[in-house]
Amino acid sequence: MGSHYKKEREARSLLDIWMGINNSPTCFWSKISLGLQSQHSVLAVLVNTIIGVGMILMNRKYNNGLDEMQRKVTMEAMAIAMGVGVVGGTSYSMLDVANVISFDAEIGHLVGLIGITYFIAFIVGSIRYK
Amino acid sequence: MKNRIKVLRAERNMTQEDLAIEVRVSRQTINAIEKGKFDPSLPLAFKISRFFGLAVEDIFHYD
Repeated sequence: MGSHYKKEREARSLLDIWMGINNSPTCFWSKISLGLQSQHSVLAVLVNTIIGVGMILMNRKYNNGLDEMQRKVTMEAMAIAMGVGVVGGTSYSMLDVANVISFDAEIGHLVGLIGITYFIAFIVGSIRYK
Repeated sequence: MKNRIKVLRAERNMTQEDLAIEVRVSRQTINAIEKGKFDPSLPLAFKISRFFGLAVEDIFHYD
């Protein structure tokens, strides 16, 4: 097994851990914060933000560890996810403001949309260069 | 862009993984370059040509 492959797997594992830590509290904290004082909620959000910064740095490290083709696939997937996120997010928000949808537009839905879009774009990109 | 990497590799009895390790990229990248699905950057093309002891234009051909 190549050292490049090993390094990439290590970076990927670390990134997965950081993403797991960062995304889980979105639901976790929102549920437990109902029973907490407001200062505890602020603390919870602060911890979540700090972990989020760790995730961003880990994502950067992972991206720098990729070779040029893998980086191209990742960048294309990120570009598509960002585009869908911006267009989908603004459309979704406008639907909420115009009361077209019966429920509130939650930020979690947008995060989910970006994540799913990135995942699909990454898989499609990987298959294209196989 | 076409290339002779597969032939040169076969002449030296090398696998894609072996070449990938030598030029520090993934095996998938070597596979994509061989199939003409991905064009390597100039530094990577020079790395590959230096490894085979040939000039870049002896390995890569623009269609």
